[in-house]
Amino acid sequence: MSSLQSLDIAARSATTKPTPQARQHVTEVAKLIDVSSCIGCKACQVACMQWNDLRDEVGVNVGQYDNPSDLTPQSWTVMRYAEVQMKQPDESTRLEWLIRKDGCMHCEDPGCLKACPAPGAIVKYTNGIVDFISEHCIGCGYCVSGCPFDIPRISRTDNRAYKCSLCSDRVAVGLEPACAKVCPTGAIRFGSKEDMLEFGAQRVAELKERGYAQPAVYDPAGVGGTHVVYVLQHGDQPGLYNDLPADPTISPLVALWKGITKPLATAAMIGAAVVGFFHYVKVGPLETDETDDDADDGRPRRRDEDRVRGE
Amino acid sequence: MARLIRRYNDGTRVNHWIVALLFLAAGLSGLALFHPLFWPFTGLFGGGQWTKTLHPFFGVVMVLGFVILFFQVWRDNFWTRNDSAWVRRSSRLLRGREEEMPPVAKYNAGQKGVFWLFAVCLLVLLVTGFLFWVPWFAGAVPIPVRRFAVLLHAFAAFLMVLGVIIHVYAAIWVKGSMRAMTRGTVSPSWARRHHPLWYRDIGADK
Repeated sequence: MSSLQSLDIAARSATTKPTPQARQHVTEVAKLIDVSSCIGCKACQVACMQWNDLRDEVGVNVGQYDNPSDLTPQSWTVMRYAEVQMKQPDESTRLEWLIRKDGCMHCEDPGCLKACPAPGAIVKYTNGIVDFISEHCIGCGYCVSGCPFDIPRISRTDNRAYKCSLCSDRVAVGLEPACAKVCPTGAIRFGSKEDMLEFGAQRVAELKERGYAQPAVYDPAGVGGTHVVYVLQHGDQPGLYNDLPADPTISPLVALWKGITKPLATAAMIGAAVVGFFHYVKVGPLETDETDDDADDGRPRRRDEDRVRGE
Repeated sequence: MARLIRRYNDGTRVNHWIVALLFLAAGLSGLALFHPLFWPFTGLFGGGQWTKTLHPFFGVVMVLGFVILFFQVWRDNFWTRNDSAWVRRSSRLLRGREEEMPPVAKYNAGQKGVFWLFAVCLLVLLVTGFLFWVPWFAGAVPIPVRRFAVLLHAFAAFLMVLGVIIHVYAAIWVKGSMRAMTRGTVSPSWARRHHPLWYRDIGADK
């Protein structure tokens, strides 16, 4: 949210040289959201509003519990409720309520940062948090195109993009994110990524014991892993959880647009101007002999220097 | 110098330079958002937020101007067999041997090529630009379409910039051309040398 964080920056948008690298021993953090322990109380949404001073407009009921029904510039996390009929081994079906806390996944390889044209408007800290530095944001919406999870939202009030900061301001001073602090069931945990993956593996083992066939930790490799990881009861079908992508990656279109083509195109444009200059130096201009005005034979003149040579 | 030949009337010239200035504005503001190397151009427009706000408006007004310009000059830009011959021999022109080129009417094949390149690129830039114009239109467009649009927009802009570099360099290279678009007139010898068929068609050889 603000550039005034005591966190080291690992990557910075629209910046072609490396950030300062001297301090290398920062622990990578992660937030673990155990969907199987979530009761859908929305305390995390309230805590997010309270800590970040966000007040969304009161919306309307859209026929389900989702409220608000989507992420907005004022709602950085939203609980998404999915009612699914899961087939049981004995061919009967069971209704399951899969409640996923949606928000920024804090990708190790963030598509938003890759797409952003404003230097320093998006940063990734060495602890893994991806943060929008709003005072540098120009509101172009490229981060929306870059994100594989459809997370950033552009405010119509101030034309800036907003999303979960993983409470970078709290984490910078050794606190856990507000949502993790307030979660009454311990479904949201925060710690080093290593610890969170270890805890997630334990939960997966417990869920297996409880009869789930394919529980899994959701830490998608296509974006280099994420710093928000889910424990999913049905880890083989992330799409059940309100269309969580099974294998998210930065779109090849974005990779092409922001990858090698950018420096190549830049070099080609500058190169074209340079080639023109040297063409002028080598070949020289096409000049017209204005003393020829009365010779109306309608034929182009031979080059001046040829004529000079012939004289 | 004897008489001068009129090549562009006042309306065409004024419109050309309106489009040119808007291209400069749209181009510099667009480049600023294209590569960090050009980010300092945002300073010309009052910072990053202003650059982002103004760029699409520069573009739309430029396209409006170009549409008028298009209908002012398009009839002289139809491709002919003569133009294909001109393209095949164009390397000789680049070596300064203009006298070996096929005779040219009002526009040579290079000028026609640049004209049609601008027309196509501006159409692509206009359509794709609307598809990711925040905050007005992007919200109604699916994100995969926006990704495609932004890539196509950058590619069309890249071709357009190359076209403009060629266009501007040709005007510097062929002495007497700049006068055609600033004052509207050229000398008879300029017309005879570079556009002999046009020189004949307008009856300047009589």
